[in-house]
Amino acid sequence: MEAFSDLLEQLYFTSGTNAKAALISHYIATTPDPDRGWAMAAIAGELKFDFFKRNTIKALMLERIDENLFAMSYDYVGEMSETVAHLWQPETPPSGDVELPGLNEVVDTFRNAKRTEVKPLLVALLDNMTASQRWALIKLGTRGLRIGVSARSIKQILANYGGVPIEEIEALWHGVEPPYTELLSWLENKGPKPDISDRVTFHPVMLSHPIDDDTREKLAASEWQIEPKFDGIRVQLVSAPAGKALFSRTGDDISGSFPDLLDTIDHNLVLDGELLVMHGDKVDTFNQLQQRLNKKKPSAKLMQSLPVAVMAYDLLELDGESLMGLPLTERRLRLTDYIEKHPGERLHLSPTYSVTDVAALEKLHQQVTEDTAIEGLMLKRKDSTYIPGRPKGLWYKWKRDPLLIDAVVMYAQRGHGKRSSFYSDFTFGAWEGDTLLPVGKAYSGFTDEELKKLDNWVRRNAVGRFGPVREVKKELVVEVAFDAVHPSSRHKSGVAMRFPRIHRIRWDKPAAEADTLESVKGLIETA
Amino acid sequence: MHPQDWISVEEAGLYCHPAKLYIDPMLPVDSAVVTHGHADHARAGHQHVFASAETLAIMKTRYGEEMAEQTTALRMGSPVTLGNDTDPVTMTLYPAGHILGSTQVLLEYRGYRLVISGDYKRRHDPTCPPFEIVPCDVFITEATFGLPVFTHPPLSHEIDKLLTSLAVFSDRCHLVGTYALGKCQRVIIGLREAGYSKPIYLHGALQKLCDLYQQYDIELGELIPVNDVADKSSLAGEIVLAPPSALADRWSRSLPNVRTVMASGWMQIRARARQRQVELPLIISDHCDWPELLQTIEEVSPKEVWVTHGREDALVYQANLMGFKAKALSMVGYDDDEETG
Repeated sequence: MEAFSDLLEQLYFTSGTNAKAALISHYIATTPDPDRGWAMAAIAGELKFDFFKRNTIKALMLERIDENLFAMSYDYVGEMSETVAHLWQPETPPSGDVELPGLNEVVDTFRNAKRTEVKPLLVALLDNMTASQRWALIKLGTRGLRIGVSARSIKQILANYGGVPIEEIEALWHGVEPPYTELLSWLENKGPKPDISDRVTFHPVMLSHPIDDDTREKLAASEWQIEPKFDGIRVQLVSAPAGKALFSRTGDDISGSFPDLLDTIDHNLVLDGELLVMHGDKVDTFNQLQQRLNKKKPSAKLMQSLPVAVMAYDLLELDGESLMGLPLTERRLRLTDYIEKHPGERLHLSPTYSVTDVAALEKLHQQVTEDTAIEGLMLKRKDSTYIPGRPKGLWYKWKRDPLLIDAVVMYAQRGHGKRSSFYSDFTFGAWEGDTLLPVGKAYSGFTDEELKKLDNWVRRNAVGRFGPVREVKKELVVEVAFDAVHPSSRHKSGVAMRFPRIHRIRWDKPAAEADTLESVKGLIETA
Repeated sequence: MHPQDWISVEEAGLYCHPAKLYIDPMLPVDSAVVTHGHADHARAGHQHVFASAETLAIMKTRYGEEMAEQTTALRMGSPVTLGNDTDPVTMTLYPAGHILGSTQVLLEYRGYRLVISGDYKRRHDPTCPPFEIVPCDVFITEATFGLPVFTHPPLSHEIDKLLTSLAVFSDRCHLVGTYALGKCQRVIIGLREAGYSKPIYLHGALQKLCDLYQQYDIELGELIPVNDVADKSSLAGEIVLAPPSALADRWSRSLPNVRTVMASGWMQIRARARQRQVELPLIISDHCDWPELLQTIEEVSPKEVWVTHGREDALVYQANLMGFKAKALSMVGYDDDEETG
């Protein structure tokens, strides 16, 4: 546990991918199984169970400190694990020579602990730890590491460690389980490659970069396949002899929510596409799709009124053959061919456009985004093979121009993580008559410098307090950018924004000149 | 007369009406007492400034000889009378233990005693006499680290972290961000007390105040301006001190293989350290931590506690729990950003 805590501490304060990779490789090389495998799983976000709940930690803490002081501390620090790490006072100070259990022992202990045993186990560990070890344990136990190392980086580090291409790790990853003893043994040439042929596994997806003006203006249009960017969620549909599954873009298995879709597929394939609510050929709004998300067991009625379908844009495997190494044009032909031979209401072929030059591309973007159900365009190099992760220069997204309104800041709250201890979460409102009604919340879009100025402004202009929320003078106007706005019965204003962020701070603009709720409602999308 | 009837918060800062005197005003005023030389308490342009001789010297070093029309150096523990002769206010300065020249201000008027503690700490600091407990009716305290999450480790512990890092990363230049006044000299003294006798290298902005400290016979050992080092690659494995603002700017790029270190009480909060891209945070503060704030209130044991800048909500709440009458004075403008922490 000491070694793991040291690793996290160092990773937290180290910037730079290479430096972090060096620390992790060193840890793998010097730490025995199964500790090191659990550490990799924790960092990659592959642990499947909480050791203890955040509420358990909180309850233990509140047995030791006044509730209000705890709330004020948490509000300031912005992170539960660090707040507790600092506030925890051991009953007797640790003597320094008590050795902590190893990582594997900690994992095992909590995994096998009865509910009533969790608290005493946790107290005993916390009492014997330093503040940074406490921080590491709580991060680990509640699965919220956030130390700036992605799952992809862990795979790259393992690939380098074993001297194998990352594609091999990618292909194996979702078929092997922590603590990865077999995988690590193979990477160290001490054992055979793990066999995963009998599993239904997620294949990490290929992601795009936002396109910048410069790249766009220099584009050789004929080398690119252009697709509409639908406003749904990215999914991967896997159907194999061993079973079927629908995965989110991060590899979460969401099959349970969409039995109506999976039932219609019975072919050996791996498909990449957008999940949408569709009535025949007609695409419904994202707002409607949301009714279907996170429903563990959807009712027959819901499935009937809001049927889902996949708008397919890529084919990774067909009949056991991997197509990922083929250029996009080839994969597209195979996909088109498959869908033509297997017509149905649940699987559609995503359209493509062809343009001859940049001017035509710009015109197309303008036309396509007139349809509020389309988020923008996807630009994919025709010769690109399917590379998991976010490779540079192959796929781009060109989102629609954001919608903009001028709104008045009403409330502010301290942020979390990087923005911890700064007022950085803002609720803003629009006018209805001479009353402001909250229309959204934003916590991004400003620079670090602006964040400092905003934080300062909030502290100088606070007029009230509701727990951690500060009410401020209704004087500061911000230009808010957002992707869409939907009707909402959950908000008093009757609207909900999609991905609002602060576009500009209008220090100059009087609050009375901010936009009205009526003009916000005028931007609501219609299906 | 109760101090609430003769002290108020004005735009320029805390104001004592019968003495026509501001305490640490942020705007130019006719008459001011300055508790210590940090820029958010000591501003240039007042008509008449009362302060300790050291604080006046610091202000002149920073703002020039013309920083005020008139100055009066006060000795610790020697009272002066202000205001109307028949109805005077008596002012006495006492040590605050914060930085060189730092003081608390005792104001006595019509039978009531009010102490403005300024910024203060309770730990050992060879650059100034220790904080003195001054009995009073109303005690005004800062609350920079006024939350129970703040407990500062011993200075030697943090200096050890720096020396250990220097041993492990012996090829890296350890660039330590320190505020020019107080923190810089404290880190140097901490290193000397730990037996570090090699030269310590300084960014130009730290030079003048280190010179001033040395004029007051505070031993800092051999200090070399980074600008005088012809071959910057020779700074590998050495300690360079710079103001926090210089950590990430162009100046630091000439240094070899920099390891970014920062000395501040704020470094206890991880996100604060990472916001500055600090690789080695050192928790070194010239303020009280939470237990010391409570200890001080307990020891001063005033009738009332007024809390100024910082995390005043928590300290007011805790003082109430401890049985003291307490309130927050909403003062804005004192910089509680990491530079003075």
